[in-house]
Amino acid sequence: MSATDTPANLPTPDAATQRSPWGEVLHSLLRSGTFLTGLGIVLFWIVCALFGEHFVPYDPLADDIINALAPPSAEHWFGTDQIGRDVFSRVIVGSRDILTVAPLATILATIAGTALGLVIGYFRGIVDDIVSRILEAFMAIPVVIIALLAIVALGTSKITVIVVIGLSFAPIIARTVRSAVLAERELDYVAAAKLRHEGALHTMFVEILPNVIPPILVETTVRLGYAIFAVATLSFMGFGIQPPSPDWGLSISSNYGMIGGGFWWTVLFDALAISSLVIGVNLVADGVHGAFND
Amino acid sequence: MTLFLLSVMVFLGGQVLPGNVGRAILGPFADQRAVDALNHSLGVDRPLLVQYGSWIWNFLHGDMGTSYIFRAPVAPFVIDALGNSMKLALVAFVLVVPIGILGGVIAALNLNRPLDRIISLGGLSVTVLPEFVTGIILILIFGVWLRWLPIAAAWPKGAGVFTQLYYLILPSLPLFLVLFGYIARMARSGMIEALDSDYTRTAVLKGLPWRTVIWRHVLRNALLPTITVIATQTGYLIGGLVVIETLFRYQGIGSLIFTAARGKDFPMLEAGILTIGIVYAVATLIADFLYSVLNPRIRLGAEQ
Repeated sequence: MSATDTPANLPTPDAATQRSPWGEVLHSLLRSGTFLTGLGIVLFWIVCALFGEHFVPYDPLADDIINALAPPSAEHWFGTDQIGRDVFSRVIVGSRDILTVAPLATILATIAGTALGLVIGYFRGIVDDIVSRILEAFMAIPVVIIALLAIVALGTSKITVIVVIGLSFAPIIARTVRSAVLAERELDYVAAAKLRHEGALHTMFVEILPNVIPPILVETTVRLGYAIFAVATLSFMGFGIQPPSPDWGLSISSNYGMIGGGFWWTVLFDALAISSLVIGVNLVADGVHGAFND
Repeated sequence: MTLFLLSVMVFLGGQVLPGNVGRAILGPFADQRAVDALNHSLGVDRPLLVQYGSWIWNFLHGDMGTSYIFRAPVAPFVIDALGNSMKLALVAFVLVVPIGILGGVIAALNLNRPLDRIISLGGLSVTVLPEFVTGIILILIFGVWLRWLPIAAAWPKGAGVFTQLYYLILPSLPLFLVLFGYIARMARSGMIEALDSDYTRTAVLKGLPWRTVIWRHVLRNALLPTITVIATQTGYLIGGLVVIETLFRYQGIGSLIFTAARGKDFPMLEAGILTIGIVYAVATLIADFLYSVLNPRIRLGAEQ
């Protein structure tokens, strides 16, 4: 849409100052405060996930019963949990599992959803009618419920979580891709491909796909935010990432039973970490959305 | 359609469970004949399609099956839990619908001014956070530090309406926050569109007072899409209930499903999820109805 035809509409059609459509998007992303703030937060957690274990003061899995439930101090910045593990070290390293599972689930959802959306948008007709109804019905079911069912039936593992979240987000991406494809398939270049007797697969994936990348990118970044939401929630419910991982949702679920006793530091920092990551990803999504729709 | 799909999924989910129900109940040392007899009396040795048919048939007749764990009919548990969840959802809804709409309207009337920024950005940030995260933070603030509200939604037996309400405020707040952003955003964009329309300009130009323009011309048109959003949010609300009821140890349909899932109590799990599906379908139906009542174009079209 806008991203693909901007070069023709630029106020200065001078070849020297003309940017490619992607350069244009990149340029407006780098000027967006929302995007940069979000990117900063997300990058911080990615660095923690990759290298955190090398610079944290304690082993996030090492217990120390004598110092259990110690409040924050100079020695333990965020205090210690019920078996004396250092909360600060756990919060830093706790970003690792959620930042593996959620992006993989999102990638799976994007691939499955894009393929499905291309097919139903391109063929339309009865295939579209039937598949669209099923997708609508599927989208009405809360993800938590689907996940609960699937995970109880299939057992808990990272792979199950990735597949469940990936497949339950795929219909939403398929719907976005479908409506983008519906607009594209009426354009001349698709008719030209048909006149050249290109096969349906070639037309879909080589001709149409590159032109519907912008809405797919926007939807993918938005879904990543929801995937983190879903992974954190499932881990909190005990159906996601499993012990002894220092994962944030998991830590909250094993410690919140005692907050009535005033041990706030065992859950607060994990809650803030999840909040910052989710908000960071959503800021990035907002920025990407803005860059493609300006 | 959703209901059918849900029932098939729930049923199949129940079928893939680690094999043998009788063995699971009686334990690994039970006599094989006893296991077979129990399987037969539970009816789990019949063909899949027959089991599905009889399950749906019985459900429609009010028989939701027998809990594997409690060895008692499922129906009373589900009905009790549904009642409790309705209370919680009702408190959240009664709070969020007027406040969310009001927030959106105020934001739209102050478009691009600081108040709009605060409502829009604030609404967006609280909406994207998982319910258990906001729940934990609220528990810390109001339950642990300020000690204003109880941290578990378990009131004493026989407590009056107001005591129950007092216990329900804290659990309903995370649900409120998640829904607030959606509703306010829809109300805001509906308002902006309506304020920008020709009929609003006509109303202003013919000299109607601003207040009348807003009440009679703008609001009615602006809130239609918001109603649809509120109905679709019931799905999210139910997902949220599972989490919130677990967090606050509240005996609702969400925690029933959660407990059943953990204990692999499939009749209970299936009945709970199907009940939620029905609630969702009814909510969508009510929204369609409200939409047509409030929208003259559809109402008059149907009468002709």
